[in-house]
Amino acid sequence: MTSKTVDAKDLPMQTKKVNVKDFLINNGIIVVLIMLAIFTAIKQPSFGSFDNLKNIALNVAPRFIIACGVSGCLITRGTDLSAGRMVGLSACIAGTLLQKPGYSGKFFPNLPDFGIWWVFVVLLICIAVCAIFGLINGMVVSFLQVPAFIGTLGMQLIVYGVCLVYTNATPIGGYRPAYTEVAKGRLFGVIPYLFLIALAIGLVIWFVYNKTPHGKYMYAIGGNEQAAEVSGVNTKKTKIIIFVTAAALYALGGFLVGAKSGGSSVNMGMGWELEAIAACTIGGVSVNGGIGKVSGVLIGVLVFEILKTCLQYLGVDTNFQYIAQGIVIVVAIALDIRKYIAKK
Amino acid sequence: MAEEYRLEMIGVSKSFPGVKALDKINLKVRPGTVHALMGENGAGKSTLMKCLFGIYKMDEGNVLIDGKDVSIANPDEALGKGLAMVHQELQPVPARSIAENMYLGRYPLIKIGPLKIVDHKTMNQEAEKWLKDVKMSFNPRAKLGTLSIGQMQSVEIAKAVSQNARLVILDEPTSSLTDNEVEALFRIIRDLKSRGVSMIYISHKMAEIRQIADDITIMRDGTYVGSWEVKDISDDEIVKQMVGRELSNVYPPKEDYRTAETVLKVSHVSSIHARSFRDCSFELKKGEILGFGGLVGAQRTELMEAIFGMRHIASGEIEILGKKVTIKRPQDAINDSVGMITEDRRGTGIIGCLSIADNTAIASYRNYTKAGTINSKKVGQVVKESIAKLSIKTPNDRTLIQSLSGGNQQKVIIARWLANNPDILIMDEPTRGIDVGAKYEIYQIMIDLVKQGKSIIMISSEMPELIGMSNRIIVMCNGHITGELEDDEATQEKIMAFATKFDLNDKVTENFTQEVKS
Repeated sequence: MTSKTVDAKDLPMQTKKVNVKDFLINNGIIVVLIMLAIFTAIKQPSFGSFDNLKNIALNVAPRFIIACGVSGCLITRGTDLSAGRMVGLSACIAGTLLQKPGYSGKFFPNLPDFGIWWVFVVLLICIAVCAIFGLINGMVVSFLQVPAFIGTLGMQLIVYGVCLVYTNATPIGGYRPAYTEVAKGRLFGVIPYLFLIALAIGLVIWFVYNKTPHGKYMYAIGGNEQAAEVSGVNTKKTKIIIFVTAAALYALGGFLVGAKSGGSSVNMGMGWELEAIAACTIGGVSVNGGIGKVSGVLIGVLVFEILKTCLQYLGVDTNFQYIAQGIVIVVAIALDIRKYIAKK
Repeated sequence: MAEEYRLEMIGVSKSFPGVKALDKINLKVRPGTVHALMGENGAGKSTLMKCLFGIYKMDEGNVLIDGKDVSIANPDEALGKGLAMVHQELQPVPARSIAENMYLGRYPLIKIGPLKIVDHKTMNQEAEKWLKDVKMSFNPRAKLGTLSIGQMQSVEIAKAVSQNARLVILDEPTSSLTDNEVEALFRIIRDLKSRGVSMIYISHKMAEIRQIADDITIMRDGTYVGSWEVKDISDDEIVKQMVGRELSNVYPPKEDYRTAETVLKVSHVSSIHARSFRDCSFELKKGEILGFGGLVGAQRTELMEAIFGMRHIASGEIEILGKKVTIKRPQDAINDSVGMITEDRRGTGIIGCLSIADNTAIASYRNYTKAGTINSKKVGQVVKESIAKLSIKTPNDRTLIQSLSGGNQQKVIIARWLANNPDILIMDEPTRGIDVGAKYEIYQIMIDLVKQGKSIIMISSEMPELIGMSNRIIVMCNGHITGELEDDEATQEKIMAFATKFDLNDKVTENFTQEVKS
């Protein structure tokens, strides 16, 4: 192909049509879901209420943080199927350590009251525990060269098992107000902390992806791992950092979800990794690697959350909701692959 | 034959957003002839062939086969109409056997009741027969991945031949073949010609065109320049028509910028594999262009990749600037100021989904990072400078590298190392598949680098290039370094003698003893 540039007016008329088609291929699923949202808002006016929109936004915050973690794995042509279970483990660890002093069914009855800073210490414990599992994920993928799909599938089971052993499968509740305040509180009584945390994470991840060598290396590995290696990229280290960072984000996500729901059990976070992967893909993170933006991840999570809420508002049976979500995931990925084919 | 032309492409045009890739191209191929299609990188040759095979849909134009109007929607239909293509960039299935690759999609079948089962016996026998036809004695049951790129290409040619196509398109078929293999290929081409098969031959090599082609069509920047009978047009005229200007020299004037300082010393390095490079020792001087010659399979690439940390070394030592170094991965080599342009541009060179700028900067971020943050301004500047030096044809540096032609992609890879600025640059077949004009530019860059006191190792399978560019040539055969020639004593015959010193069993060949005696 030559690179001889041609004035737009010299180009055949069809160019514009192609752009519309491209737009639909690139954003088809978003367009459909926006139409669904409008339809829902017309049928059930309460869907468009401030309370509901706020609810959706609050649900999006922790999911966005988790999806940010998964996005790094996807961009390097990997995946992380252990995400959801790590969310669950983090929520359970946080729950067991942050119960009210006087609560009758306390997991650790003799745990003393450490004061308000204990909440932060517990968050760090959650992050540390998950980061260890993330490190193992990264090492298995990098050094043993186990495909990420298999390696993290194994980790999914391991983490679930660890969580079962740890909690003995008992539900946990009765949280300290200091903990639930993390999710329910607002800065100056207006802006929920959850928003601020998600916003901060989004900015940090954006910075890492766009302004640091690590981010550049991540995209390069996704594009052509061998070429990246020949260019001096430490691909193993980069991938390990990605899995550890991802696990830390799942831990934060789990901690927040636990605070938000005021209780947790081993089933918390089940299947969230698939939701996160679907959200990333809807937002334009390519399963073929090398492509993906933080803004896209946010859009993807938002769109997926709106889909779920629409289905609830339209009174679709819970069981059918799963079917609808599954279809959206497959269609999203099919459209993503289609983009890749069209580019050839 | 009644028809005047086997294939006619008339007024073919194709636009991509922002770019007119083909503008009313004509191509007429007579039956039983070899038709050379020439043009610089990015002239649109590959795009034209992709239009012919239905990979791209042409905006306008007609295709006639044997005088009949046809439309071809995909490569499968093209095959049905007797068109076969040997790709410049191979797309084989390395994990399957040679025979399975040759018969991919058209396996011979046995019917057992309602079931159809692949007839492995027939397939292997047929494959062996066709391989013999192209003078290749591979076991058709061997995995394709065990062959070198050159050998895979031979298999690919055998496959096209076996499909009994009436028009075979050979896209730079000799770019990775040794002289012997080229000879074998030409024998087959002549044989096919005598059987009435037409061929479109895409190549940059003037000597080959002279030897094998009957007609020639030249393209430039997506436009049709003209068609001639090869005997009616001189080499100079061809080059002039291709580049649109006169090109007097193939190689820049050679000067010796060598100094006494040794920058790289390789001592008794052996591979972990028994049949790869063995006991290799050589030195590279500051300001030197050191050529590495040899046949395909001489393990030159493997040796260089080992020095660069892409392969393992079992024994031996490497010294850079007088200091012993341990290189375990490319990153270590780069830290020791070594860069490498690999042979397999698509596999280990370009990062397709990233922009030209990102591809250029990828090896240099660590030099422009402070407190974990990239200095984007500085990186942008370095990228711009490197791209400008190489006159890469592109709308801007945000263009994806995968949309560039092969030659321009190669320039981006070179720009990547200009940006990184290593003292030692290893270039493995740096001008493979690149047109005359771009080649000259790359040679000029090499000269500029050694002038600045950098040192270059160049692997090349093209002997004129080796002789034309190197200050000194080292020749390898079967993993051994078999000879070393100073610039003034290097001839094609001497290089060839060293390159064929050993036979497959590592015995010194008669040819070599004779050559040494004479």
